[in-house]
Amino acid sequence: MRTSILHGRVLAPSNRFDPKQSEGSIGPMGERAQSAGDDLQNGFLADLHLADGRVIAIGNDCANLPEGWVADRVIDARGMVIAPGLVDLAARLREPGFEYRATLESEMQAAVVGGITALGCPPDTDPPLDEPGLVEMLKYRARGLAGAHLYPLGALTVGLQGTVITEMAELAEAGCVGFSQANVPMVDTQVLLRALQYAKTFGFPVWLQPQDSFLARGGIVHAGPLASRMGLPGIPVIAETVALQTMLELVRVTSARVHFCRLSSAAGIALMRAAKLEGLPVTCDVSVHHLHVTDQDIGWFDANHRVDPPFRSQRDRDAIRAGLADGTVDAICSDHTPVDDDAKALPYGEAEPGTTGLELLLPLVLKWAQESRTPLAQALATVTSGPAAIVGADRMEGAGAGTLAPGSIADLMIFDPQALWTVDRNSLVSQGRHTPFLGYEMAGRVIMTLVAGVPIFQRS
Amino acid sequence: MIRRHPQIDGQGRLRHLLSIDGLPKAMIERLLDTASAFLDVSDRTVKKLPLLRGRSVFNLFFENSTRTRTTFEIAAQRLSADVFNLNISASSASKGESLLDTIDNLAAMNADLFVVRHSQSGAPFLIAQHLDSLGKDVHVINAGDGRHEHPTQALLDAYTIRHFKKDFTRLRVALVGDILHSRVARSNIHALTTLGVPDVRAVGPATLLPGGLEAMGVQVFHDMREGLRGVDVVIMLRLQNERMRGALLPSAQEYFKHYGLTPEKLAYAAPDAIVMHPGPMNRGVEIDSAVADGPQAVILSQVTFGIAVRMAVLGMVAA
Repeated sequence: MRTSILHGRVLAPSNRFDPKQSEGSIGPMGERAQSAGDDLQNGFLADLHLADGRVIAIGNDCANLPEGWVADRVIDARGMVIAPGLVDLAARLREPGFEYRATLESEMQAAVVGGITALGCPPDTDPPLDEPGLVEMLKYRARGLAGAHLYPLGALTVGLQGTVITEMAELAEAGCVGFSQANVPMVDTQVLLRALQYAKTFGFPVWLQPQDSFLARGGIVHAGPLASRMGLPGIPVIAETVALQTMLELVRVTSARVHFCRLSSAAGIALMRAAKLEGLPVTCDVSVHHLHVTDQDIGWFDANHRVDPPFRSQRDRDAIRAGLADGTVDAICSDHTPVDDDAKALPYGEAEPGTTGLELLLPLVLKWAQESRTPLAQALATVTSGPAAIVGADRMEGAGAGTLAPGSIADLMIFDPQALWTVDRNSLVSQGRHTPFLGYEMAGRVIMTLVAGVPIFQRS
Repeated sequence: MIRRHPQIDGQGRLRHLLSIDGLPKAMIERLLDTASAFLDVSDRTVKKLPLLRGRSVFNLFFENSTRTRTTFEIAAQRLSADVFNLNISASSASKGESLLDTIDNLAAMNADLFVVRHSQSGAPFLIAQHLDSLGKDVHVINAGDGRHEHPTQALLDAYTIRHFKKDFTRLRVALVGDILHSRVARSNIHALTTLGVPDVRAVGPATLLPGGLEAMGVQVFHDMREGLRGVDVVIMLRLQNERMRGALLPSAQEYFKHYGLTPEKLAYAAPDAIVMHPGPMNRGVEIDSAVADGPQAVILSQVTFGIAVRMAVLGMVAA
């Protein structure tokens, strides 16, 4: 299957492709490239040619194309942006075990509707992903659905119970890209040390969400003036920093590669910045919701705002944005956690944490980029090349995932950056319908998503 | 997204009473004035007004309470309402029925007013917003939610203070004890600052004071004698049994020594200071009997005023 996508604005974060080479050349349609105002950061007008699941050529120059190129499918992307498919580091697809909340079908569909072509899945399913058979089953089920690539994380300890480490090598063979406790705390630091040493033996990355279980115990919202006012127990920032300090200390002695998940505080970002400066083998991500929402937005006990870690102060939110600007934060994820209506229709303290995120990832990244005047390519790098490097998708089956260059896998999406849509229960495909953004108007909508060159979603 | 406070309707009327936070000063004053008018009713031989005749008031207590439930019951009966007491903690909740299912069922029995006590902060907001979203004309009164608010207690405390001290704008008021877990303290702080009290203090050990009190307009004291110096009103808070030993406090004895209200400590307050307590009291833990039964205590007046204040709230919300 040969596909040509014509006249789109190509955005290729961290691209190995230099658009200047093709500047001013004649496109396949005989048009001259419009280079005025184009640059690497905002994309450039070009055509994209795909064959056998890979990108063959980008530009306006037929010279790169094989002799006698005739596309089987021509897509007119005028006015659209063509970007690598998004790589989401944290999407709970709720299988196995929580099918009443969401199914693999519904959530895989929601992912491609959101332009996501690679999904990192935390191991906190029921049972947890602590045996190769479970991982193989999940990958098998996903393959049958022909959607985004799945990158499961194996459980770091059996049953996520924090006592016995899992058969990491076996799990890696089954397809796990790293090992994690999801957001189940690791109380025993000796087990954590051993787990990091063992993972380091094989070179496996470990993903940790830093939260001290004692300091966070019983907490519901960010510990601050708002928690006091609402009479809700708080989760203090030190719950994050105490755990993070401990984990960083263990990284120092083990040299294990650790990816920190869902940092939520200014102090956490500062520790991360220092750790990177020190040269520790660490990376980190934040949830896209935390780029926008603060504890003040909870309003009158709106359970759609209950998330883990909690939304923190405006100062923390600003620090997260600063961390993205200076590269301290490597990736933004959706932290997609579908919760059923019954689990949210409860008093705030009893409502289950979690928001839907797959379909909001792109518009919320665009919203942040616009508000912070972050160039589009830099913004998209946090949801494409950045997370692809963490998950290893740039090296594995989807070689070149997270970017667009000749030779890279044709996982990409086409979106209309101007299209406005309103977030409501009916406009979401995911079975998770809870988000602080219900009723908001979003700019940016995915028109088409291709995985390995095959269109698997097309908006009618 | 900050939305309109669900207790005020589109016309600016008090539809529910959920929190003092967000209640305008004029509305608080009107409630106090109305309570004043109702106080005379309680002194008559025939203690009834026909204001809520034919209306059904459901007392939904998801958490046990005797005093608050009884005073609401008396208040509703004095307004001629039909009152139904439901002790939910012993019925549907233990059978696994969800909170909103319980509410839907009771609303289907044509309730006009729910008086709700719940152990979770914000539960009455959930109930009120749920009923509003269904278009039900049912009013909700918060009778205490978790550690969040206890608005009618704050109104009766404000009434008591106004009765004895007249002018709020010259007062010093100290709240003493377990502010962290106290819904009474939160409602009182909002009521007092809204009514213009210039000096509101919180006194207690750091383990029992929530962070961010300053942002609510409160001065924090750890030394009780310092905190009581020159105050006109002392509001003592109840210390729950389960907090007396653990990581928050080492023992009831040590607590009483430093934060129990004794005649000696009360002497630091203004000579005509009044002593209040929302009840039930723990004598010998947060308050010495000599003070509780002494001339400065107005604790039983609070109870009497509480009925008139709750009549005012029921009347204003549902009439």
